[in-house]
Amino acid sequence: MSEKHHIIPVWFFVGVLLLVYGVMIFISGLAEWSHPPDTVLAELHAPVWWGGLLAVLGVIYCAMFRPGKT
Amino acid sequence: MNPLFAMFVTQRLVHLSGVDLAIIAFYFVLVLVIGFYLKRFANTGEDFFLAGREMTAWVAGLAFVSANLGSLELLGWAGSAYQYGIMAAHWYWIGAIPAMVFLGLVMMPFYYISKTHSVPGYLKLRYGSEASGLSAVTFAVMTILMSGVNMYAMAVVMKVVLGWDINFSIWVSSLTVGVYVAAGGLFSAIFNEVLQFFLIWFGALLIPILGMIETGGWSGMVARIHQNFPGQDFTHMWAPMGSFANNPMGINWIGIVFGLGAVQSMGYWTTDFLVVQRVLSAKDIRSAKMAPILGSFFKMAVPLIVILPGLLGLAVLPMHLVPNAPHLAPGQHSYNEVLPLMLARYCGPGLLGLGITALVAGFMAGMAGNVSAFATVWTYDIYRPFLNKAAPDKHYVSMGRWCTLIGLIISIGTAYLVMGFASIMDYVQALFGFFIAPLFGTVLLGMLWKRVTRWGGFLGLLAGTVSSITMFLLMQKVDPQRWVPIFARSPLAKGLAQDMYQSLWSCVTCVVVTVLVTLVTKPKPDAELVGLVYSLTPIAKEEHASWLHRPLVWGILALVALVILQIIFW
Repeated sequence: MSEKHHIIPVWFFVGVLLLVYGVMIFISGLAEWSHPPDTVLAELHAPVWWGGLLAVLGVIYCAMFRPGKT
Repeated sequence: MNPLFAMFVTQRLVHLSGVDLAIIAFYFVLVLVIGFYLKRFANTGEDFFLAGREMTAWVAGLAFVSANLGSLELLGWAGSAYQYGIMAAHWYWIGAIPAMVFLGLVMMPFYYISKTHSVPGYLKLRYGSEASGLSAVTFAVMTILMSGVNMYAMAVVMKVVLGWDINFSIWVSSLTVGVYVAAGGLFSAIFNEVLQFFLIWFGALLIPILGMIETGGWSGMVARIHQNFPGQDFTHMWAPMGSFANNPMGINWIGIVFGLGAVQSMGYWTTDFLVVQRVLSAKDIRSAKMAPILGSFFKMAVPLIVILPGLLGLAVLPMHLVPNAPHLAPGQHSYNEVLPLMLARYCGPGLLGLGITALVAGFMAGMAGNVSAFATVWTYDIYRPFLNKAAPDKHYVSMGRWCTLIGLIISIGTAYLVMGFASIMDYVQALFGFFIAPLFGTVLLGMLWKRVTRWGGFLGLLAGTVSSITMFLLMQKVDPQRWVPIFARSPLAKGLAQDMYQSLWSCVTCVVVTVLVTLVTKPKPDAELVGLVYSLTPIAKEEHASWLHRPLVWGILALVALVILQIIFW
């Protein structure tokens, strides 16, 4: 993104954000697996698959745009 | 923008768990770390105010569309979708896409080639200091007031949704924004806007996904809406637009097509410096042209996370929401609470924290956008031309940093002022609208017609603005029954319709006055207009680029997609 300044790409920070949030949400989803919260469609365990999706995307972004790669 | 301000005397909507609070706290830590990291790169004026002009089309495009994806818009337009149905999507489709494509293909080359730092900066080059000064002063004042309104709105939403203290929300959010924008300038604001974009999508996208599962898809949702609201049409965009009486918005297709599509959205997306500044940060002219066009595709998708949750609210919420009012009965919720209600319906610990963080990020990015634009316009369009013309670049960067902090302090003052006099918010938002539509006429004429003169531009802008204020006062304050049918073409025209026609007539006034004054005043010599006017500016052709990289191709695709969406939801 920044040829003049060699700034870490914003996509790397996006990756960090998604990875940290994905892991946190995924773990909280697993923790409440046997006693899901009182929300509609809680039986679908959305935090588990949504958190997992965020974590996977976060890993991809972090790997692709890690500092020093480009 | 549709405000949500009048709601809010009710119990808190959600309770946060430890993981939710950790998610919110991580966001604050991350944006501060990024701000301090970027400080070392924001040394020159071009770095601080234009992010070094080195953003790719993707980053500039996302920041461009994110600058308009604040939480007020999300909450307000989800509420409008509950109130008016899918017609609210007009503000995302015909009210945005053509203007974004027009900015990219027609106007951006002039902004970019002229190397201006701002829209008032372009007016100074094209017309002179009169039009530029008028535009800069009004923009600076309105921007900083809007930042205060945004701050107060965030504090109120946090109080209603989470039960947080208003003072705590105002000070924590503004201090955080102040630190990271003063440190990294537009770099920080753009980085934060890109983060916000991802947060809002991942925080809100589960609502339509789970909503569609619950209702059994689009047809199931429509069936439930008909069951809950018999005889009302919430799922067609154009069919009820034949007359003012046929739809709950009280508007007709002329107001939408010409008032919204041709004037108001063009004015906002092509001349509001808050959004245009993001595109000016692009690394080259092709990126600057592509950025708003790429942004248009993202903008086209936003109804998925804003309008659809409002429609799902009509289908699945057990209670009927009510219009915004200062005092709601216990258990009642206003239209503007539909998004938090849907969030609480589907999202438990973790996901709730993500959704709330998305809202907080949206508010903070809005504040950051306002103060960074304010700092630029104050420094380059007011301070430098009128107060201190020949200072070194470093001085202006320092001025920009101080302006950011001073701007935030004024915003905090505005937030507390609004707390005492809530009606001020309505006036601030109305004021912002006064300047946008005529400004579009002034900028566009200046770009396309080399004959337009210095005084034609200034007096046209002034006349358009005065006419807009006059129409507002006549329709809202003096005698609505007499003036609404005259300006808005029907006694049935409601607030949004009045706004659209007010924009239309003020732009027409601006153009007519500009042309008349131009015809009796002396034009600038051609040599002074090179790079500023269409007929005198050589614009590089793009034959060498493959069709995949041509802005024109993607602009046409965006317009085709827009037409298809209109047909699908006709």
